[in-house]
Amino acid sequence: MGFPLAGPEASRDSETRSASAKFTPLPKMAASIGAVTSRALHSRRYHRKLLSGGRGLFSGARRLVAEGETHFGFQNVSETEKGEKVYHVFESVAKKYDIMNDSMSLGIHRLWKDILLHQMNPYPGTQLLDVAGGTGDIAFRFINYVRSQWEHQIKQKLKSHQNLSWEEISKSYQEEELKLPGGSQVVVCDINKEMLKVGKQKAQHLGYSEGLSWVVGNAEELPFNDNKFDVYTIAFGIRNVTHIDQALQEAYRVLKPGGRFLCLEFSQVNNPLISRLYDLYSFQVIPVLGEIIAGDWKSYQYLVESIRRFPAQDEFKAMVEDAGFLKVEYRNLTSGIVAIHSGFKL
Amino acid sequence: MSTSQFSQFYRCTGILATSFAVLLCPTCPKLCHCTSSTPGRGDQLPHTDLTVTAEEHVDEERYYQLYPGHIPTSPLQKALLSAGSAFMALYNPYRHDMVAVLGETTGSSALRSLRDKMKHDPEGYQILQERPRIRLSTLDVTGLRGLPDGTFGREYVRFLDSNRVSPDTRMPVKFVDDEELAYVIQRYREVHDLMHTLLGMPTNMLGEVVVKWFEAVQTGLPMCILGAVFGPVRLSARKLQILTTELVPWAVQSGRNASCVLNFYYENRWEQTVESLREEIGILHPPAICV
Repeated sequence: MGFPLAGPEASRDSETRSASAKFTPLPKMAASIGAVTSRALHSRRYHRKLLSGGRGLFSGARRLVAEGETHFGFQNVSETEKGEKVYHVFESVAKKYDIMNDSMSLGIHRLWKDILLHQMNPYPGTQLLDVAGGTGDIAFRFINYVRSQWEHQIKQKLKSHQNLSWEEISKSYQEEELKLPGGSQVVVCDINKEMLKVGKQKAQHLGYSEGLSWVVGNAEELPFNDNKFDVYTIAFGIRNVTHIDQALQEAYRVLKPGGRFLCLEFSQVNNPLISRLYDLYSFQVIPVLGEIIAGDWKSYQYLVESIRRFPAQDEFKAMVEDAGFLKVEYRNLTSGIVAIHSGFKL
Repeated sequence: MSTSQFSQFYRCTGILATSFAVLLCPTCPKLCHCTSSTPGRGDQLPHTDLTVTAEEHVDEERYYQLYPGHIPTSPLQKALLSAGSAFMALYNPYRHDMVAVLGETTGSSALRSLRDKMKHDPEGYQILQERPRIRLSTLDVTGLRGLPDGTFGREYVRFLDSNRVSPDTRMPVKFVDDEELAYVIQRYREVHDLMHTLLGMPTNMLGEVVVKWFEAVQTGLPMCILGAVFGPVRLSARKLQILTTELVPWAVQSGRNASCVLNFYYENRWEQTVESLREEIGILHPPAICV
């Protein structure tokens, strides 16, 4: 279910500290500095909020969730409710989604997505399914990557076969214009129509049309046949899914044998200092940015809370393995703020 | 910028920022080992007890929200909100929600003095007790429209119709951390349209600036003062001239002369004529200018 049941009994080495493993005693110095400054900086009432927020984190992590219940940020809701609430969140943020991503991550999310594509390293002819792909960031990068790979291949070919006949040369140029090189295809699937709408508008605006299709679908029940895609990606989407294990099973089903599963998602920070800074930034600055830029505090409060609720790298790796994927690995980016999990259907 | 340059830059800022963060760390839940020492309004919360049950957690959340729509914020968040909303309100004047947020985050001392003024006045005290709200559902608009011309109710409805506004578009209060002060600012927002009527100003930029000047003198809210000072930036030279020579002096004089506008139970005064209400409050007669 993707619920962090970690406590002090969970075996964690220092590299993979998670948000819920805060029971390890902090150095006394830092705690007393923290105490003094917090008393100085914050009013009594905000303390209570901290305590309740902190306790929410702890209590949520410790108590087992009731049947049919799941988490929506730090709240507990029924499973059907979660789906609806998540839908409303993305419906309201859709128009400002890209600008908020840029301002919250200071543009770094572009680097993360670029790194994902480099790890994917698609060749011309790859069939990609981008789930929760909403505004199309991964899809557009895929198209650019495949096109540049193709151009590179043509250049190599022309270099080595300098006396290529004019028919072959014109054929290779023709293929480039009519469709994506090698017959590559990307399907963007998202449960939210507003996000897809924004994505389609972006595609039109940026001039992407070939080899791109937009499908409304639920990650837990994909509207595709078995063994259809070469690569399945889900970028910053899987933590919003109500049943993560079902989404992983669906990913396994629609991938061809030999296909690759890639998941780019926020994860647990392994460095204690950066983690502190990250928490400060997440809880203090991000909802404020949401209010000012998008006029929506609550959606961005949900965002930072849902990140804390998502399982840590190793736990998610175990979930991916449970779905049947082999050679499952993860790679931390920016000290674990984001992690790329990769697995193969073999 | 290339990836390596970016990551270098990021690492440098990271080092600077983490040292900063050691001082400002307490806001994250994991470091909060401190207790609130002085008991106060409803401060029954125990020390960080890791065995707290889920019911207690839910109760605390519900308890901490002082009124529906309340979002508790730390002083740092309030500072960021004030700066950001001020910038955004100037950058995009159609963002009325930003003006509202600015008012809430910067107005705590002004709201307190307003609340005290209301408490010391019999009609104001009655308003604080009864907490009336001006909404379309509670207003009898057709009844008000039927009143004779020149009465406050008739002129108010005329104002709503000709400017195509509705009392229901006022933003709900989110960032005020006191339930009574939240009502005071809500009442101020709802009375704003009535001020337009009493001052005879439409809802264009010039009219709004004039009303802001009046309100700045009356309430002392920093948001009104900022709006009054920076609002005229977007006006044409001719309008600016009218503003500075005729309208602003009149608005400021009226504001000084008038008693606190929140101390009038407007819902009981629909039949009163605008003139007599103006005299009672102390608003001087508006200059004969077409705004």
